[in-house]
Amino acid sequence: MQVLMALFSGLIFGIGLIISGMTDPSKVIGFLDFTGKWDPSLIFVIGGAVLVGIFAFRFAATHPHAILGGPIRLPTGQRIDKRLVLGGLTFGTGWGLAGYCPGPAVVSLLTGGIKPLTFTIAMLAGMAIFEIQSRFSQHPSKKAT
Amino acid sequence: MKLMIDWTHFTPLLSLSGGLLIGFATAIFLLFNGRIAGISGILGGLFQPMPNDIVWRIAFVLGLVIAPLVYGFVMPLPSVRIDADIASLIVAGLLVGVGTRYGSGCTSGHGVCGLSRLSSRSAIATVSFIMAGFITAYIVRHLIN
Repeated sequence: MQVLMALFSGLIFGIGLIISGMTDPSKVIGFLDFTGKWDPSLIFVIGGAVLVGIFAFRFAATHPHAILGGPIRLPTGQRIDKRLVLGGLTFGTGWGLAGYCPGPAVVSLLTGGIKPLTFTIAMLAGMAIFEIQSRFSQHPSKKAT
Repeated sequence: MKLMIDWTHFTPLLSLSGGLLIGFATAIFLLFNGRIAGISGILGGLFQPMPNDIVWRIAFVLGLVIAPLVYGFVMPLPSVRIDADIASLIVAGLLVGVGTRYGSGCTSGHGVCGLSRLSSRSAIATVSFIMAGFITAYIVRHLIN
């Protein structure tokens, strides 16, 4: 049941990304480049999602058990450090270069042709590089991920 | 500098609707499965296999992957434009992969879920990647091309 619900959540999430226009990299870049003609659509996507999310997380804060069993796992990290900011800056540079973040790239795998496929393989390689690197250097904040 | 809205591409209603759907997916995944719908976290977890922790990740990703097929049953998929060439996409993918793991989240994990939780850590991360996205998009669009 949990597996079915994960599948369903991913499906709805993906359909939301398509409807919102976020699977089109030129639309994302149209938001990130505000020096030309600016497309503020992305603010409406995050705004709409947060509008619903805020109620769900508020509910979860006082209800520790998931409906399908097990605990509700909320992130526990509080640290605002170099790692958080540098990671964000690195991610943002790639995002601005391609117009893809992880969700839309994965959604475009089957229908987007060679380009999102190339991006996604490189992204997974980047994640693997991070994993190998962090295993070799026993980073103290490893458990924060 | 004067901010000019790109009215031909701006889709406030569609983007808000898609955003609400993304929020709904995030909410059900949180309340039913007790998990954060952060795409880079879900993908990254596949590289650190733990018992009973793989199948739900694959199911969620599968949901994302089949989303355009389900959407395509009902109406034609929106057209997309990817300006980046293959070499840029490889570099961008690597940056997104490493950056999202190092900074513990992407647009969904920090942007949608983190902001919904009113997490200052996620707000800092979101500002970091949007700033880097602004600068990169400016360089790519106005200084290189």
